[in-house]
Amino acid sequence: MAKKTQAKLSPWDIVQIARHAERPNIGDYLRLLCDDFVELHGDRLFGDDRGMIGGFATIGGERVMLIGHRKGRGIDENIEANFGMASPEGYRKAMRLMRLAEKYGLPVVTFVDTPGAYPGSEAEARGQAEAIAHNLEFMSTLKTPIIVVVCGEGGSGGALGIAVGDRILMLQNAVYSVISPEGCASILWRDGTKAALAAETLKITAGSLKELGIIDEIVPEPAGGAHTDPAAAVAAVKKAVLANLAVLKKLPLDKLVEQRYAKFSAMGRF
Amino acid sequence: MSWFEKTAEAPAHVPTEAIWAVCPGCKAYIAKDAWRAADKVCPRCNHHARLGCRERVALLTDAGSFKELNPEVSFNDPLRFTDSTGAYADKAKATIAKVGVGEAVLTGTAAIEKIPVVLAVMDFAFMGGSLGSGTGERILLAAEKAVALKRPLIIVSASGGARMHEGIVSLMQMAKTCAAIARVKEAGLPYFSILTDPTTGGVSASYAMVGDLNIAEPKALIGFAGRRVIEQTIKQKLPEDFQTAEYTLAHGFLDHIVPRKEMKAFLANVLRYAGF
Ligand SMILES: [Zn+2]
Repeated sequence: MAKKTQAKLSPWDIVQIARHAERPNIGDYLRLLCDDFVELHGDRLFGDDRGMIGGFATIGGERVMLIGHRKGRGIDENIEANFGMASPEGYRKAMRLMRLAEKYGLPVVTFVDTPGAYPGSEAEARGQAEAIAHNLEFMSTLKTPIIVVVCGEGGSGGALGIAVGDRILMLQNAVYSVISPEGCASILWRDGTKAALAAETLKITAGSLKELGIIDEIVPEPAGGAHTDPAAAVAAVKKAVLANLAVLKKLPLDKLVEQRYAKFSAMGRF
Repeated sequence: MSWFEKTAEAPAHVPTEAIWAVCPGCKAYIAKDAWRAADKVCPRCNHHARLGCRERVALLTDAGSFKELNPEVSFNDPLRFTDSTGAYADKAKATIAKVGVGEAVLTGTAAIEKIPVVLAVMDFAFMGGSLGSGTGERILLAAEKAVALKRPLIIVSASGGARMHEGIVSLMQMAKTCAAIARVKEAGLPYFSILTDPTTGGVSASYAMVGDLNIAEPKALIGFAGRRVIEQTIKQKLPEDFQTAEYTLAHGFLDHIVPRKEMKAFLANVLRYAGF
């Protein structure tokens, strides 16, 4: 796979890159992207989800509220982070931090990298659906710029729960989908081994999503994928985030929110 | 032999389908006239069977008050999706012909005990009530109509979640509908969500769960992830009542469970509390 040029990568190849164990995760972004990070814990209701983290961050001199799914590196960290599958507490913490960002006039930058919201019985009992739903509603009216970076796996509602924004950036080898290719294959093809075909049919790669008008910008990755040169990958993300931030910060907040509504209203209007 | 055992089999010597309905809950045979008169609520086990969107509209609104909005908005096929059973576009067209509605939701203006409202009613018979781009667009337009007319918005959900055949575009309908709901609330207007069997996945994780009031029918399945997925995740069997309306209410996510035959009067009453 590594030998294939980018143009020859199939959607299923890209899924593998997006899920690569060494792909830059939120920890790498904090380390390589941020000059400063003050983690803010807890949803003030139940707990502190380690699958979703956030806090004050400084990126190239710009103070922001940074929020992202957390995939770990290695088994211990992944168990702690629940493999990037956030619980209701994670979405509620994200909302709490976004409220703070609005209050303090800080732009929000989110990093999306999750197989999906955690499908466990405790998550159901504590309102996974309600937590995500309220984030979608709340983010649509938040009076501060929101930049979304789909950096790894954009897994369905669990991804969208922190992905309503003014500018949606997506890394070249990230994926973003309503359902995992495996899940789609087993439901619609009744055959889990048809995942590669489902990945192609679902149009989940950055190029397809740009064509569909779902994302605004594709952030290029080093040849072979972001994991081959994390510093270069993060540098490209930094450049894209700062460029978009400069544009969004100039807009009056009312206009910003109006444009965000127009952007999402138009999705699926053909 | 108990009455249950007698009724659990089709009574002999009668042409069955014409006369008998089978309760999906307890499998009892119930005379079709009685089944219709009970609005498809089982007199034995109180199972609230699924209703078509037009049946639901008739049940909730004043006779003759419903005026459909945006019948021209229908499904889209942005991915030109085809799976092993054929093309999505063909299936959607066949569904429209069969169900008699252009999308998985029917929207309109209506009156409930003379209170003017905007109403959206999902139909599970339309591809599992899945949330596609046409569904989302109809709901957004209904919400915008509520704001324009200064009327309360009521959405009756019945859905398995997002419509996979429209891929990422269907996922975005969750954000789109929630943005529209936010505007209804910002206008100071009531938004009531009625969750019927089933309300799961992308619909429960968007407009269905953010009502000023979340109201459900008895025993309705309500949840985010599917039971099988959760059982595979936690490697345990889940209790029978998991993700029922009663379970959801006990965990704090519903205001009230209302039997079908009382729903219209309940809505009128709470609409009056909300100032209408
Ligand atoms: Zn029954």
